[in-house]
Amino acid sequence: MTLYLENARIIDPEGDTITQGNVILDGGLIAAIGAASAPRDAQVIDCGGACLAPGIVDWGVKIGEPGERHKESFRSAGLAAAAGGVTTIIARPDTAPAIDTPEVLEFVTRRAAEASPVRIRHMAALTKGRMGREMTEIGFLLDAGAIAFTDATHVTTDTKVLARALTYARSLGALVVGHPQEPGLSLGAAATNGKFASLRGIPSVHPMAERIGLDRDIGLTELTGVRYHADQITTARSLPALERAKANGFDVTAGVSIHHLTLNEFDLGDYRTFFKLTPPLRSEDDRLAMIEAVASGLIEVIGSFHTPADEESKRLPFEDAASGAVGLETLLPAALRLYHAGQLTLPHLFRALALNPARRLGLPQGRMAEGAPADLVLFNPDTPFVLDRFALRSKSKNTPFDGNRMEGKVLATFVAGRQVFGDT
Amino acid sequence: MIFRARHLLGIEQLSPQEIVAVLDLADRYVDLNRRTVKQSDVLAGMTQINMFFEASTRTQASFELAGKRLGADVMNMSVAQSSVKKGETLIDTALTLNAMHPDLLVVRHPSSGAVNLLASKVNCAVLNAGDGRHEHPTQALLDALTIRRAKGRIQRLTVAICGDIAHSRVARSNLILLGKMENRIRLIAPPTLMPPGVDDFGCELFDDMAAGLEGADVVMMLRLQKERMDGGFIPSEREYYHRFGLDAEKLAHAKPDAIVMHPGPMNRGVEIDGELADDINRSVIQEQVEMGVAVRMACMDLLARNLRADRGMKATGVLV
Repeated sequence: MTLYLENARIIDPEGDTITQGNVILDGGLIAAIGAASAPRDAQVIDCGGACLAPGIVDWGVKIGEPGERHKESFRSAGLAAAAGGVTTIIARPDTAPAIDTPEVLEFVTRRAAEASPVRIRHMAALTKGRMGREMTEIGFLLDAGAIAFTDATHVTTDTKVLARALTYARSLGALVVGHPQEPGLSLGAAATNGKFASLRGIPSVHPMAERIGLDRDIGLTELTGVRYHADQITTARSLPALERAKANGFDVTAGVSIHHLTLNEFDLGDYRTFFKLTPPLRSEDDRLAMIEAVASGLIEVIGSFHTPADEESKRLPFEDAASGAVGLETLLPAALRLYHAGQLTLPHLFRALALNPARRLGLPQGRMAEGAPADLVLFNPDTPFVLDRFALRSKSKNTPFDGNRMEGKVLATFVAGRQVFGDT
Repeated sequence: MIFRARHLLGIEQLSPQEIVAVLDLADRYVDLNRRTVKQSDVLAGMTQINMFFEASTRTQASFELAGKRLGADVMNMSVAQSSVKKGETLIDTALTLNAMHPDLLVVRHPSSGAVNLLASKVNCAVLNAGDGRHEHPTQALLDALTIRRAKGRIQRLTVAICGDIAHSRVARSNLILLGKMENRIRLIAPPTLMPPGVDDFGCELFDDMAAGLEGADVVMMLRLQKERMDGGFIPSEREYYHRFGLDAEKLAHAKPDAIVMHPGPMNRGVEIDGELADDINRSVIQEQVEMGVAVRMACMDLLARNLRADRGMKATGVLV
């Protein structure tokens, strides 16, 4: 079917432009941008001047399949993603069991395709069971469609094992995603070092733990020549190391979670466990430094790091509560806070949300260009609303934005030229 | 008298006026406790449940005695051995107890913030008897009462807090209280036992006892947990005693009339010299225990008044 989207503000992250115009979707692709009139048999959708951008590629989403479907299934994650303007989910392998064999990967790939209205691609574990002892079958997993390799938040402490896995991954051209963190320093920590955490008696970790982890990973990248992506950089202390690695020509990129761009350590307040994240929320200085790093392009990717947790695992004393927050549906409105604050332009925002992650992962998505996949989000960046967590489509409702005033409403989401969300 | 709190979760939520209100009332309970007949009926008919998720002897005994002297029906639940072992969550335990209509709930828990969580789920007055490394408000109040009775005031004093500050809820509650009452606070500890962010606490920091105790009016020693003595945080027990244990020689740097305090239980020969701890001219450690019962009586009395007022207003429809 051919779709004619007329009167849209077209956001092109590649060209760094916003233009008023019409877009034709055909055969699952963007057929034309700026066409003056609708093709004869096309269905016409009036965008009413709303923003049309490449759909979000959300890198680092946890879905509960297999093992924890009560927290999130492919269906619920897919519906949440569609409602949030996310058209491609890059899922994490920290499931139970971990996605560490081609058989498990094939199973989840099939389940995801059946159940989800948006695209889901899986990262596979770098080591078996994410235990950091033996590497997985990286070759078979690549053949089965693994898009990258990561042990998620589990850090391999045996550098010999890790160096071998990275060397092997490099020979196959695989992308490895690391979680820069010194696990000894951060053991048991639930907050960032400082007066705030100390007076509340919450065990905390110094931001230096992230820098030490990043330094180590960059050293191993230099040693092995692997393509490396740091999942989350959250503190200013890590930035010089990242800058140096890039200046030295290593194949290193980095991401940051939307929560570390919009919240800080004080949001923990009176032991609010929905704000317990990995890594923990940082100081306001760190938050501003992260926004600056995204603006300068030093950090390329913004993700939700969607981590569903049920009520039981959050209704516990802070130290014992589960870590992580859902984010598929709130990623765009939260990111738009940066736009409304004048910190990032809309094209720049979509570079970090769509174009950069797609490019780094070797996907054709993320572009507003003729011939690119017709994965798009239509949204009004100014529509205000108050977030009610129970209105979220995720099975788990652990959002830190509950009750927040936000701006930005998704009107429609298109995947491969088909509308998967919205009633335009 | 001003005391508006519904719960006693920490010193952080109390105003200086509320602190003074507790101390003034506690002074009167000290007199009552020194009589042969120590009975009062201000909590008559009320039910107090002591819920200790962490082992405790003196605090639990002190709360139990305080409740009994005020005429409450006191029940001790040693939760450490019961339902928690069967996998019940803190909130379920709280809801179960809440259904039995207690009026006062005294809670100790190994996790910081656990008592705050519990207080949000029950409709009785909750007293924090120590949560993780967060707060231990009645300890700070009893320390304040002890200081006020020994020094005649609880303002403009130089108070040195020495020892394992990083892991101590007693230190946190004390430095918040003493700060609110406008005292000069010094923290003395090896750097490994200082909490992160301590530079922003507004206290003077020392890693040398002699310098830190110079001219102090009050010396508060903290207990060093056994599991922290070997290697992890300090090199050894004997090195710690040598550098940070309080003895007559180090105490000589403080004011001649400085008092020595310890929340107990003491490790004699680790953080404090045994003879010094027993020196009735300097040590007020036994007074602290005595003040503990009086302060807890005062806290429960004040909270019970607010609880009654609340329920009264709800019954008459003034408060929904």
